[in-house]
Amino acid sequence: MTIETREASGQDTRSHFKETTYLEAIREAMWEEMKTDPAVFIMGEDVGAYGGAFKVTEGFLDEFGSSRVIDTPISEAAIVGAAIGVAHMGFKPIVEMQFIDFIAPAFDMIVNFAAKVRYRTGVGASLVIRGPCGGGAHSGPFHSQNVESYFANVAGLKMVAPATARDAKGLLRAAIRDPDPVLYFEHKFLYRRVKEMLPTDEEILVPLGVARTHRTGSDLTIVTYGAMVHKAADAAERIAEEDGAQIEILDLRTLRPLDSEAIIQSVRRTGRVLIVHEAPRFGGFAGEITAQLCEEAFEFLDAPIRRVTALDTPIPYSPPLEDYYLPQTDDIVKASRWLLAY
Amino acid sequence: MASLTREELRDLYRYLLLTRGLEERLERLFKQGQIVGGLYRSLGQEATAVASAFVLDDGDWLSPSIRDMGALLVRGLHPREVLLQYMAREGSLCGGKDNTTHFTIPELGLLGPISPLGTQLCVLNGVALAFRLRGEPRVCMTYQGDGASRTGASHEGLNFAAVQRLPVIVILEHNRWAFATRSEREAAVEDWVDVAAAYGVPAASVDGNDVLAVYDAAREAVERARRGEGMTLIVAETYRMIGHAQHDPQHYVPKEELLEWRGRDPLARFQSYLLESGFESRAALAVVKEGVRRLLDTAVDDALAALMPEPEEALAGTFAGDAAAVPWTRRTHVYPDLAHSAMPS
Repeated sequence: MTIETREASGQDTRSHFKETTYLEAIREAMWEEMKTDPAVFIMGEDVGAYGGAFKVTEGFLDEFGSSRVIDTPISEAAIVGAAIGVAHMGFKPIVEMQFIDFIAPAFDMIVNFAAKVRYRTGVGASLVIRGPCGGGAHSGPFHSQNVESYFANVAGLKMVAPATARDAKGLLRAAIRDPDPVLYFEHKFLYRRVKEMLPTDEEILVPLGVARTHRTGSDLTIVTYGAMVHKAADAAERIAEEDGAQIEILDLRTLRPLDSEAIIQSVRRTGRVLIVHEAPRFGGFAGEITAQLCEEAFEFLDAPIRRVTALDTPIPYSPPLEDYYLPQTDDIVKASRWLLAY
Repeated sequence: MASLTREELRDLYRYLLLTRGLEERLERLFKQGQIVGGLYRSLGQEATAVASAFVLDDGDWLSPSIRDMGALLVRGLHPREVLLQYMAREGSLCGGKDNTTHFTIPELGLLGPISPLGTQLCVLNGVALAFRLRGEPRVCMTYQGDGASRTGASHEGLNFAAVQRLPVIVILEHNRWAFATRSEREAAVEDWVDVAAAYGVPAASVDGNDVLAVYDAAREAVERARRGEGMTLIVAETYRMIGHAQHDPQHYVPKEELLEWRGRDPLARFQSYLLESGFESRAALAVVKEGVRRLLDTAVDDALAALMPEPEEALAGTFAGDAAAVPWTRRTHVYPDLAHSAMPS
């Protein structure tokens, strides 16, 4: 999929734009921050000599040396722990989880140490934990998960899930500069499929906590994030063509702090809302967003709130099973039509 | 053999007294209902924390476990701060948000642990990594009980420090009990110093109730770390002479075992050493005791006079420059106009 960004449309002749993949955007954000801030460095499994399992940090070891690109033992708790300690001393570590599924062994360090340390002690920890999330790559139950809901109930964490290359770059830069712990979920399905023309002579910085309207519309709001933004966009195009209805797509970009105001304002305008996420349904973000809308936009609703999510099962390996597990464009079209007809 | 001056020996004695005296005051306050949370004493194992922390310099960092009150005091934490924190008062360093020995004070080189055990070693590794990245010859010291040393975080932390050759000294306090579980049920090793072999690091076993033996072992380890030769594991053989916390009557501990270890009390032993070696007179030690008593009296009075925090303080400080949202039921207008525009956001 190729995303036309506002900057790119009609301005392709400008020489200071360059086609950038989602993965390159992540690389560039880290590279540029490491170039300008000596406090920024990378730790993780196989991030140095190998350049990361997905080659996100390829070339970093040669450029920055082994003291700033640190290959660690397979010890996620120790890695995150060290990141907290080094952050206390003024460094800004970026920790790579080889797959975001492997954040589970670091759960204690994240929820009990990193998230609570400022509240308990007044001393914060500026650190980023990033890693590839999401399904669609036939990687099985332990290389495909979306883990945001595990952390949603923990005060003290920020969470980011970009859908575009521009946001991947701008949000990672903001995450690195943020004074508190940020979990950065990069969708592996988007790594090389999302390509955008991004400016090379402008600092792309996207503030945390601000949603983005991916598509404007007046008949229905789809609230979503990550890879589902693209499936929602496909669904919206099909409905515009076949049904003539205009769907607004709100890309949350940051999950915590959640841009509740943007959600509420859009739903108050359209009166109908579908919440789409790739994580399982029970206890997912859609539940929280539904509750907020019930509290803040109840009188504006013309239809029940609906969710399209993954199944409440582990994510299976075999392609037909995985496809059935994951929310598909057809599901979004079907749910949207149901809401539009209500 | 430790080459300590008479003043340093007196300081060590003073810190042992201060640790035991402060914990006795805490116990009294607990029984008076002034301490609302748990109270975990280091009775019988004070020498390990005091003598090891005594080796560190300004600029080094230390992370205590729950039974390392002595290390906190040696690092310069005032007993008043300990009392305020245990008593959950507004003026405590954490504003009433955390308890026990959880003190993070960069100026004193203190990193507060959290209750899931072994985790502070992983975090302290990061502090040591910062020292190395900056080329500073500073070191980190931390403690884990025999129970705490069995967590995944402890293993990962020991291994990480070893592989990265970080300037870290880990003191494993083999005090025989993890809550109510014997250390034989925590690990299958006969001699706990053997665990170091798995990490490929130098190790030492030491009588944890002998102030000077602990000091010597810690100094050697600190010097090695400062030379850039990496971590050391020190196993301090000691005994927890009191229940896990105030609620624990320790009924599972054989009486004869307690009696045997009472004879090795670190404070009594060090006092005898000072007197018998002629370093101190009884009169001089009485002056130290009186000074400690007065310090603690004043600290307790100050702490009792401190206020409890304002409830709304619970909202502040999760993020930098950020407060949590006030629940609408806690606002003045509990029954807002039903029109949506008047609903609290």
